[in-house]
Amino acid sequence: MAHIIARGVSIEFPLYHMGARSLKKRLLASSPLRMRSDDANRVVVSALRDLNFSITRGERVALIGHNGAGKTTLLRTLAGIYEPVAGELEVAGIIGQMIDPGAGLDMDATGRENIVLRGLYRGMGEREAQLLAEEVAEFSGLGEFLDVPVRNYSSGMTVRLSFAMATAIKPQVLLMDEWFLAGDADFMAKAEQRLGRLVEGADVLVLATHEMGIVRRWCTRAMRLDAGRVVADGPVEQILGPEPVAG
Amino acid sequence: MDAHVTPPGTPVSVRFNAADPQRLSRALRDLRQGFAQRRLAGALAWLDLRNRYRGSVLGPFWLTLSTAVMLASLGLLYSTLFQMSLAEYLPWLAVSLILWNMLAQMVTEACTSLTSAESIVRQMPLPFTVHALRCVTRNALVAAHNLPLVVIVLLIFGVLPGWSGLLALPGLLLLAVNALSASLLLGMVCARFRDIAPIVGSVMQIAFFMTPVIWKPQLLSPEYHWLLLLNPFYTLLELVRGPLIEGGGNLAVWLTAIGYTVVHCAVGFAFFVRFRGRVAFWV
Repeated sequence: MAHIIARGVSIEFPLYHMGARSLKKRLLASSPLRMRSDDANRVVVSALRDLNFSITRGERVALIGHNGAGKTTLLRTLAGIYEPVAGELEVAGIIGQMIDPGAGLDMDATGRENIVLRGLYRGMGEREAQLLAEEVAEFSGLGEFLDVPVRNYSSGMTVRLSFAMATAIKPQVLLMDEWFLAGDADFMAKAEQRLGRLVEGADVLVLATHEMGIVRRWCTRAMRLDAGRVVADGPVEQILGPEPVAG
Repeated sequence: MDAHVTPPGTPVSVRFNAADPQRLSRALRDLRQGFAQRRLAGALAWLDLRNRYRGSVLGPFWLTLSTAVMLASLGLLYSTLFQMSLAEYLPWLAVSLILWNMLAQMVTEACTSLTSAESIVRQMPLPFTVHALRCVTRNALVAAHNLPLVVIVLLIFGVLPGWSGLLALPGLLLLAVNALSASLLLGMVCARFRDIAPIVGSVMQIAFFMTPVIWKPQLLSPEYHWLLLLNPFYTLLELVRGPLIEGGGNLAVWLTAIGYTVVHCAVGFAFFVRFRGRVAFWV
């Protein structure tokens, strides 16, 4: 059964390429609280600090907080990209991640080639990849542009292709960053429907966003991150307060 | 990443405990999954090559052309300097230089095997072995464009390797193993310490002159020949060159080359096991 359990999870980014000692001293002295020297006397930024939570099947969790609070880092950690320096993490279920739309996109290759490449990234077989290609081609509505190098796409077209590829998954655990909010209005209507289906289909959703409207509409639980810590965690209404009356 | 007991054909899930990181099994799984995704590595290598020569008429064959010109001019010059006949010198030079170019290019690109894949490393939980395989495959593809030159030169001068020439194949295999190990080891070291790549560049330049690439070992008085075995580049070159030019290989060369490979892979693997989990923070 899909679930996420984190016990004391911490992530630290070492700042290796900072150069001069004096710079290091200055940074540490002017002490943003998250920078410190670790045992090996390197400067590290604590991106996530001692996170404890568990997310069970059926929960739709919004990660909220300021820029740099650690939302995307947490998503990447859940996706298995960063290994925690402390703590224990377990994510059960097939993970689908929609963290960066441009990840793995080859700008010099055509749209169609990129779809094939995406299939390979996901370790798909011939048949699965074929299905992916058909589905993405249909949904993206790029038509003849599929045979044009992505470099020549407008930004809207690139988003459409990325979105179509990223959403052609059936994950049990869906990790999503808010980038998908870009795109023209016409496409967004179509996109929302598809996202809605994806979210419905997933057992667990973790979504990093600034849009409180989205949080209220899609999520059942909100976790507020600040400086790498969870400062509030609970049902959406409790964390955000009652919905403001329009007007 | 753990393969989980859920429906077939799927689940990637994460189980990690910092107190018990299970580095060895993760490293082994990385290698295994990396090889399972070799088609991806191949496709990426192919795209790299295509993108590098995008819009160029001759594409990677420019490399063939420049190697041909290099061979012709160096061949004429050095055969005169060394007072050898062209027939004696050029086949040697052709094989040596082409092999060296491959090796040197491979080492140089190994330094960026992970940093150049930064955008993927930080966005997707992909085995790092895929990036190393991509680097090795790309270099093999590039080197293959020079193969016709070797064949042409050997044919012109009537150097027929015969059956013992087949020994070049295990030689190439050993080169490939070293290339993979270098892509992981140098890729990681250079991601962590950005000064290493330029140092490697200088070392390769010195190695070019210290290794018998344009000069034949026979020019060295026999009492110093054993010194050559201390040069891993020499032994690796000789694995392929010996069978093609001199009919068969030298046992001492094979043994030392295998020894270097074992040490190289052991160091590479140890480093990979220990620091694999940190790569995402380094690139």
